[in-house]
Amino acid sequence: MSTTIPVAGPAAARARSAPARRTRASRVSWTDVGLGTLGALVVVGVEELITRTGIVDASYLPPFTTILGELGHQLGQPEFWQSFGQTLSGWAIGLAIATALGVTVGVIIGSVPLLRELTASTIEFLRPIPSVALIPLVVLLWGTRPASSIFLVVYAAVWQVLVQVLYGVADVDPVARDTARSYRFSRWRVARSVVWPTALPYVVTGFRLAASVALILEITSELIIGVPGLGRDIGVAQSSGAVAKTYALVIVVGLIGVAVNLATRYVERRVLSWHPSMRRAV
Amino acid sequence: MTARLALRKVVMTLALPVVLVAAWWIATADSTSFFWPPLEDIVRTFPETWTADRWLHDVLPSLGRLGIGYAVALVAGIAFGTAIGLSKTLRALTEPTLEFFRAVPPPVLVPVIALFTGYTSSLSKVGTIALGCVWPILLNAVDGVRGLEPVLLDTAQTYRLGRWRRLTYVILPGASPRIVAGARQALSIGVILMVISELFGANRGLGATIVQFQRSFAVPQMWTGIILLGLIGVALSVLFRLIENRVLAWYHGQREIERGA
Repeated sequence: MSTTIPVAGPAAARARSAPARRTRASRVSWTDVGLGTLGALVVVGVEELITRTGIVDASYLPPFTTILGELGHQLGQPEFWQSFGQTLSGWAIGLAIATALGVTVGVIIGSVPLLRELTASTIEFLRPIPSVALIPLVVLLWGTRPASSIFLVVYAAVWQVLVQVLYGVADVDPVARDTARSYRFSRWRVARSVVWPTALPYVVTGFRLAASVALILEITSELIIGVPGLGRDIGVAQSSGAVAKTYALVIVVGLIGVAVNLATRYVERRVLSWHPSMRRAV
Repeated sequence: MTARLALRKVVMTLALPVVLVAAWWIATADSTSFFWPPLEDIVRTFPETWTADRWLHDVLPSLGRLGIGYAVALVAGIAFGTAIGLSKTLRALTEPTLEFFRAVPPPVLVPVIALFTGYTSSLSKVGTIALGCVWPILLNAVDGVRGLEPVLLDTAQTYRLGRWRRLTYVILPGASPRIVAGARQALSIGVILMVISELFGANRGLGATIVQFQRSFAVPQMWTGIILLGLIGVALSVLFRLIENRVLAWYHGQREIERGA
């Protein structure tokens, strides 16, 4: 079973590093914030300098202020917000389907040892298949309709959830399970009050991983297939020579990524506030 | 008894895949659907599609670019990650910036890098792969170094281990489980980028070939490409696990003992 350890790794590592993160989150150090801002400003400043002085050709990389101006202009365009909404809705729908599917299938397979044994090899085989391999197929089936991107998002994200749920269900304390049986808990009751709380941290980890993978695949399918959204706009801007717009949209997509990371971490803290890994070290 | 257990394991491993492939075979046997050709046709097309010439000029160059880009990302990620992880100031200075770069979905790098080098140069593809793969490795290296047992570091200091020895005997091995976890994430990103970096412009390579089949509606050939790409993904993950089991043998052993206790 040695292969199971690395996958459970994030959860285990999180459990270990959580108290440190907790203190960091609750006691924001102003020196750190200052240094962080300074670091970002240095990057922006250096970029501005090398482009203004012509060390890097501005037709490849415009100065940051130009990109920022373009970004401001974009924020006033209804087309931008339409693409923004399309990207977010594709991401959210795909992620919701993947999570629901992963949790349901994971709990069912995980609770039945025979199913677990039977499906292990198939899951191990299907999981590493790169979802981009399916791009040609979805193009033929759905073209540039949102179904294409949603299919790819679901395929890529569902494994993250499923595998984590499987480890979570396997992690149930045998003593707790036996105790529940001694008290003649019904199947449903066991699932709800023994299996689910144990599996929840894993589910949340899976959800966090799935959320960022889903965003990657949503943008990819927009960029590659041409499903409407910010990814397609980046491709169009690049090929039509709108360099500043290309960078402005890349920054927007990056910020969406940051927002997704922060939001999932927040959800994690909220949902697992009762869990030992999240509690403040006394 | 052990023979029976082994037999059972073999049956359990193979049963579902065999059933699934058989189902695919039977379900498409008389298929006249354009998109779902009979599996038999796909299997028959495989050898004539992936000829020696294709392997030499498309598949192997793609894998080579993946290898180079991934190697660059590994070296850079571990080097910078360790440096950042060891210095509190450096960490505070770079953290927000790194958070941003990590959050940018790697595929958007393709058009951005193409601004500098065009779509068809090898450099642009290797660069895309390296730039996409470096973040998970770097950030995990930072976390790995930061999460080191303080007692280990203190002990190393007490024994007056030199900088270099501390790095090679204490810090890197201590951070290696996290670094390996990052490297695994990076590998799947690398495979995605290997394919995507070939999809624009006039290109050769594994990804470009498969999309070429799709554009010319050579559906059975396209299916062989999907299957080949899937097999490559699986092969890479098996290879990774073999290497991981060697590199982290001590760690897995330790975990086993901790669990047993």
